[in-house]
Amino acid sequence: MKKNLFILFLIFLIPIKAFALIEVDITRGNLNPLPLAVSPLSIDDNSKKSFENILKKENIGSEISIIVENNLRTSGLFNPLNKNAFLQAPDIANLKPRFEDWNLIKAQALITGKVKYIDDKLRVEFRLWDVLAAKEMMALAFTTVPSNWRRVGHIISDKVYERLTGEKGYFDTRIIYVAEEGPKTQRKKRLAIMDQDGANNKFLTLGNELVLTPRFNPTSQMVTYLSYFKNLPRVYLLDIETGTQEVVGDFPGMTFAPRFSPDGKKIIMSFAKDGKSDIYTMDLENRLVEKITNHPSIDTSPSYSPNGKYIAFNSDRSGYQQIYIMRSDGSDVKRISFGNGIYGTPVWSPRGDLIAFTKLHKGKFYIGVMRTDGKGERLLTENYYQEAPSWSPNGRVLIFYRETKTNAKGEGFSAKLWSIDLTGYNERLVETQTDASDPSWSSLLSN
Amino acid sequence: MNRSIIISSVLHAALIFITAMSLPFLAKKPLDIPPIVSVELIQIAEKTNIPFAPKAKKIIEKVKEKEKKLVSEQAPPKKVKKTKTKTVVSVDKNEKIDTKAPEAIPLPEKTVKKIETKTENKQNPDKLDEEVKQVSEFEKKEFVDLDNIAKLIDKAKEDTAKVVKKNDDITQDQDKNIVTSGLTLSEEDALKAQIFGCWSIPLGLPYNEDLLVRIKLMLEPDGSVAKTEILDHARMNKPGQGFYKVLAESALRAVKLCQPLRVPTTGYERWKELQLNFDAREMLEG
Repeated sequence: MKKNLFILFLIFLIPIKAFALIEVDITRGNLNPLPLAVSPLSIDDNSKKSFENILKKENIGSEISIIVENNLRTSGLFNPLNKNAFLQAPDIANLKPRFEDWNLIKAQALITGKVKYIDDKLRVEFRLWDVLAAKEMMALAFTTVPSNWRRVGHIISDKVYERLTGEKGYFDTRIIYVAEEGPKTQRKKRLAIMDQDGANNKFLTLGNELVLTPRFNPTSQMVTYLSYFKNLPRVYLLDIETGTQEVVGDFPGMTFAPRFSPDGKKIIMSFAKDGKSDIYTMDLENRLVEKITNHPSIDTSPSYSPNGKYIAFNSDRSGYQQIYIMRSDGSDVKRISFGNGIYGTPVWSPRGDLIAFTKLHKGKFYIGVMRTDGKGERLLTENYYQEAPSWSPNGRVLIFYRETKTNAKGEGFSAKLWSIDLTGYNERLVETQTDASDPSWSSLLSN
Repeated sequence: MNRSIIISSVLHAALIFITAMSLPFLAKKPLDIPPIVSVELIQIAEKTNIPFAPKAKKIIEKVKEKEKKLVSEQAPPKKVKKTKTKTVVSVDKNEKIDTKAPEAIPLPEKTVKKIETKTENKQNPDKLDEEVKQVSEFEKKEFVDLDNIAKLIDKAKEDTAKVVKKNDDITQDQDKNIVTSGLTLSEEDALKAQIFGCWSIPLGLPYNEDLLVRIKLMLEPDGSVAKTEILDHARMNKPGQGFYKVLAESALRAVKLCQPLRVPTTGYERWKELQLNFDAREMLEG
């Protein structure tokens, strides 16, 4: 026994080399767009012919994949690879991709799919693959009427975007804006709506009356906007699904800058009288009007926070137009913008963390963002004239309009829609049929 | 009994009183507070001009005035300078300068003589002392001692050998440290730099959440990854933690894209298991 204990004691004395686990902190990465391959969706011959007859599209599978590719590219977060480099055919890739082939062209993710014509309907299956891990990340199928094929492309884009970035997408959305035509002094302004990528453009008004500041309801396909009646601006409500339109109350003064509350049950707007302007809300169910601010200054451009507890607005109560926030009942007013220049059109991000604004400083217009306490101001883009930022539903991209300077003869004026993401690097022109201003981004249609 | 107690206590009290009054450290002395002296803070730059104290300034001015007077008594300062520069610059044409300088500038005889003697001293090799010899490069070559150089080279070799030995000692010590502490800074930097390039951070993630993904790697000797393990794997499938899954997947992609990892060529036992902590907060906060 003693001998055994002695041996055990000796064993404990033997030095054993122990290595602590080495830890390495990785705090940086690259912000380059993720390289991914969007394989054309495979389609059998019968389905191909059917869709060709119905939609007049030669290969609907390729068309849908192009929509997905364009959406992901415009986000600035993905780099869809050139299809000519693909080594595997779409039909085989959809069943079981050869990951080595996709790895070879440096794709980190792969989208494959299949389109079928079943019972007069379009059925689309798609799969997202992690090329490096050689595994499937997501597989979904949609069935819809064939004419809805573009939306299928947008929905696939949203699903891929969400799976790879961790936040919801913004592709299955629409944009309402003011379409402008004619010379600068006699502009014909109509309400128009289109998909976020510029497709399916439709004019909603005839252009007999001037329309301004259309804003989407965050919860439904309802729009509020301003239109002139007998030379007085009035706030209107328009249901896009039914086409019905109504005036929101009849005020004895001017009402402007209307915007919905986050739950879509109220409208918040400015009402001007006797040289001062205050902020009011109106309950859309009982049409009760409530005065929120009561100050001798000009308070305008109100915008609710996503939780509905706060309101951002601009006011000249400090002498210059600056951004303020207050509780939704009008109490606890705080100024949050303190930089040089004039601040206007504050819009609260759907994520709730930022407020977008227009800034005028030394004759130039900026679109920027700041945190809700006014700190961390970042100017994203600068130009001769630009304003009216509107957030994408995921709070990553802003759409706004930009006007160009006319020459000495008064020629060369144009107004176009532009988008920019929060990095400030991904600035893009949004194609519209006519000149355009005052854009407003809808919520996701597929919600 | 009571009487004696009272007497005793009175005497004790008296004794304490006397002692207290007579002890020197108990006596309260008036505090001797030093007067407040203002201190002027001056930022130290390459050239810091500190103003003189008024008295010192006056004294300096007086001294300067005296010096000025002395200079003016001797000779006009500008003219002296001109002759000096000419004599120093010219090496070969000594005679010409000596003859020209007095002609060009009419100086008092004494000063001219002084200058002439200076120039003679500098340009006459026979009268050169040790210090002057070192100034001239041409003369240096003439005084080269080859034996000395050989000695110096030998000495230099010995010195470098000593330094190498010292360095060897240090690296051995470092090795001992590595066994216990991990990779060296350069090894860690190389690995980090490699993974930075491979990791595409998902930009849509919320920056105010806990965004730390810890991945344990089992590595082959060539740096290729044999096995990966997400240490907080349970969090991957928790509801409301979708962003964590996205981040973890992006980290795994980075590891796979980067392999073989840039690991040290030696000491496999030391780094065959490695933990990478992917933290995106810094990047996402911007």
